[in-house]
Amino acid sequence: MSLLQRAFPALLVAAMGCFVVAPYLIYQAPYESTMGLVQKIFYFHAPSGMMMFLGAFISGLAGARYLMKGTPASDRVAAAAAELVVVFGLIVLVTGPLWARKAWGVWWQWDARLTSSLLLWTMFMACMLVRKYGGPGAEKLSAAVALFGMANVPFVYVSVNVWRTLHPKTSVVPSLAPGMRGPFWFCALTFLLLFLVLLSVRLRLGEQQEELETLYLDLDDAPVGA
Amino acid sequence: MFARTAWLIFRKDVTVEVRSRETLATTLFFALSAVLVFAFALVKEGRVVADAAAGILWIAIAFSGTLALGRTFERERYTDTLRALMLAPADRPAIYVGKLAGVLALILVAEVMLVPLVALLFDAALLARPVLLVGLLLTGTLGFAAVGTLFAAMLVRARSRDVLLPVLLYPITIPVIIAGVRGTAALAQPVPDESMAFFWLMLLAFFDTVFVTLALWTFEPLMTD
Repeated sequence: MSLLQRAFPALLVAAMGCFVVAPYLIYQAPYESTMGLVQKIFYFHAPSGMMMFLGAFISGLAGARYLMKGTPASDRVAAAAAELVVVFGLIVLVTGPLWARKAWGVWWQWDARLTSSLLLWTMFMACMLVRKYGGPGAEKLSAAVALFGMANVPFVYVSVNVWRTLHPKTSVVPSLAPGMRGPFWFCALTFLLLFLVLLSVRLRLGEQQEELETLYLDLDDAPVGA
Repeated sequence: MFARTAWLIFRKDVTVEVRSRETLATTLFFALSAVLVFAFALVKEGRVVADAAAGILWIAIAFSGTLALGRTFERERYTDTLRALMLAPADRPAIYVGKLAGVLALILVAEVMLVPLVALLFDAALLARPVLLVGLLLTGTLGFAAVGTLFAAMLVRARSRDVLLPVLLYPITIPVIIAGVRGTAALAQPVPDESMAFFWLMLLAFFDTVFVTLALWTFEPLMTD
């Protein structure tokens, strides 16, 4: 992960630049015919959702690696990615209902994608809770929860999907018009850069915390008066 | 050797339970209380909301299952015997399988009481297709207990284990709850939808395969200090 840290300044500048350009591109993008202005929230909503799933994937894999090899570095990656799932999940869960209220007339719909996102978010929230309050060996349990959470994504999606289709409701999920495609992928890139910046910052924080702890332990072990 | 270790642990848990009846008695009564609470929430003017029986059955199973999981490991912690189990020269996965079998047996006994009770109280034709229902109950309970046993064993050392267990367990076992509820509801309809129930049964079997494998694989590193 040192590569990520060496690239940090470049990533930070790129992410900042993208966030400056993104609003202009979103402004330029054509209006969606039925939803109008409110549809523009989609350019930040969907990429956040994509980053949430990316975070879950990284956290699950890092958790599996930590359980198998026990390297502290994979534990730090699992922890950092789990926090990012919660952060990006929060963006998704706040922007989603804002959009839904205007587009569907309700704040929440028990739609497959919404429900899966909410469940993924709760799983990684549980992962963080256990890390904080889990007592001795909490990192391992937290890694296992991340791994189980990742493995659970397809089950959640299939079960929620079939559960929902038993009670069909119309939903106005827009198909992407050509003029919207460019800005959308640009926003996805912007959020990917933000994800990497945050991951890198969080990893460095974890490393420093660990270093500080080692220093404290060394100090405790040092002979008195030395 | 593996099967023998698992069997011995299972037999130990059953013997302790048969002698004290502590967990079984409390779990059964808890399940009954949960069903009553749902009855007051879901029965309106003497009539039951559609599909409520399936939901009540599975929520009662999930709630009382969580209680049984907590109690099973609380006993090991209280007498400090979990350490002895871990020190035993036995395969860790075999210990897991033994514990899982004990928890599974306990929840299945509770289900034997719960199913007729819910069918009776809510006038639901739960027993119209007994084979499929038993299949759903077995696979669903196995999935729930497989994840639960792993987390409960790991949480033994945590201070806030009572609240953390459901916090971890429920989001991950949501597919089990959905499959159990929808599958059971499909069977309890006036015209049972067997293909739907079979689909949920297959989903549960797949879930069990994935999560039992993962649990067997992670139990050893999780329980090693």
